Amino acid sequence: MIAIPTTTEVQLTDVWRTFGEDPPIHALRGVDLSIGAGEWLAIVGPSGSGKSTLLNVIGCLDRPTAGRLELRGQDVGQLDDGDRANIRARELGFVFQSFHLLAHRTVLENVMLAEVYRGEPRRGRRERAAEELQRVGLGGRVDYLPTRLSGGERQRVAVARALLGRPHVLLADEPTGNLDSVTTGSIMQLLADLHASGITIVMITHSETVARAAQRQVTMVDGTLAEVC
Amino acid sequence: MRAGDLLDESLAGLVTRPGRTALTILGTVIGLGALVATLGLSRTASNRIVGRFDEVAATEIQLTSRPQALGEIDPALPWNGPSLIRRLEGVAAAGNTTAVDTGDALIRTAPVRDPIRQTEFRLAVQAVSPGLFEAIHADVANGRLFDEGHSARGDRVVVLGRTAAARLGIATVSNQPALAIGDDVFSVIGIVEDVTRQHELLASVMIPEGTAAADYRLASPELLLVETDIGATQLIAQMAPLAVRPDAAHVIKVAAPAEQRRVRDNVESDLELLFLFLGGISLLVGAIGIANVTLVSVMERTGEIGLRRALGAHRRHIAVQFLAESATMGTVGGVIGASLGTLVVVGVAAAQQWTPVLDPELPLLAPLVGAVTGLVAGLYPALRAASMEPVDSLRSGT
Repeated sequence: MIAIPTTTEVQLTDVWRTFGEDPPIHALRGVDLSIGAGEWLAIVGPSGSGKSTLLNVIGCLDRPTAGRLELRGQDVGQLDDGDRANIRARELGFVFQSFHLLAHRTVLENVMLAEVYRGEPRRGRRERAAEELQRVGLGGRVDYLPTRLSGGERQRVAVARALLGRPHVLLADEPTGNLDSVTTGSIMQLLADLHASGITIVMITHSETVARAAQRQVTMVDGTLAEVC
Repeated sequence: MRAGDLLDESLAGLVTRPGRTALTILGTVIGLGALVATLGLSRTASNRIVGRFDEVAATEIQLTSRPQALGEIDPALPWNGPSLIRRLEGVAAAGNTTAVDTGDALIRTAPVRDPIRQTEFRLAVQAVSPGLFEAIHADVANGRLFDEGHSARGDRVVVLGRTAAARLGIATVSNQPALAIGDDVFSVIGIVEDVTRQHELLASVMIPEGTAAADYRLASPELLLVETDIGATQLIAQMAPLAVRPDAAHVIKVAAPAEQRRVRDNVESDLELLFLFLGGISLLVGAIGIANVTLVSVMERTGEIGLRRALGAHRRHIAVQFLAESATMGTVGGVIGASLGTLVVVGVAAAQQWTPVLDPELPLLAPLVGAVTGLVAGLYPALRAASMEPVDSLRSGT
């Protein structure tokens, strides 16, 4: 049962992102996109189409050159560096294709890292992180180093880390890009479960199969949203 | 970000790469250890030199006769020179010493000539006023020293220096040994074990001044040795000729150590400057090591920096974390370096039988210096880490 979005979580209005000047490269060309609360959106497209740039802009990791970006009604496109960092800490969760786990820290410590920059009290952090690991099915791996885990398990750790911050929006950049088909299926099921619990998910992928699991798909070509279905 | 989290993250950054951290700390250990050791050794060495200056040279004045002008036959130094100069405030002790010309006379202890072993020796004979023993800090190993009475009466008694006694085969005066200088027989009443000045006296036979004047026709003392209080040397040196010979002060030649204080200060500051320079170079090398490793670490951890930024870290959080890591390495290096440096100072001093001298604040300041060194060394890498854009950092992977 897919929840019907009622309020707008993310709103992009004529967003441009341009790199360089001689000649300028327009990675985003006037993108208009509205993502509702609780929606699962897949952005698909070939390499170099601008989908990673779009995700970075939505995730406040990058700043739009022009246009307006709103998160939960707040214009965040032109906020300063510190304010955007605060939004990343409190509103957003990230899952990356290459997992981005700290190799020398245990699974539990990797997850706990999500709260470090939120200024959350340290008391109970270990328990909260263990709870998230339990939620993604890794309750028995808390003391493992990431190097001892399979690719699918590493991605689950990354998902648990993203969830610990209780984000409004989960941004997933090719979450199954480094996984085999079986593991891909389990990760997609995990994302489906999260979506069912009400989390807004924005996922980019170059796989049509993976994209079909999402509630809604948009296609990017040459920095523009070519198709919305 | 909470302070506890910052500490945890910084320590984790260090302990997860123990080998690298240890090697980086080693640079600071060597730098600060060298700094503490060199400063301590310079202070120890200069203390020893300064001690020597203060104890001996800085408190000694020697009065002798100027070369006499033709026709002047009046002896320059009077016999009562020591008592005259003792009247001056600041004089601790004074005494005469004069080489006695005994001609070809040899010195022997045995009344018979033994054809197998040497029984006669050519030893220096010194006429000494009783006050000299005090001025040279004579340490009596056996028996006693002669006094004014012996000198006034012209008693035939001798005090032997340690080396002279050993050559003559006299170890104790308990059996009332005697020796003969030529045909004159003297009683040995004491053996001097050590002196702080006029070390040649240890190889001499010392007879009372009055005895030498009577038996060897000594005309006047050769040298008047004066020990002053610390700091009084220059003043006593100025007044001494007039005190000894108020009628003809110009015939007295005064040998006083010139500008002792300035010489001492120069030696001390020269040594400290030299060792400070060497220690500073060592510390600089250590700091460059920290900067280098921290910079490499920043480059290697670019992906981690990107991840932390994605999780909400501000630029200042990244900068402070790397600064805290480098400062921690500097502090730990400072503690270990100060400990090793102190051990080196104590070890070298013990081996040389010196008194180890170290400014008490130096081992306490060393960790602080290490922390500051770490902070300064980590500043550029930390700023570089903080200036990275999260998107670019993430692209480089973890």
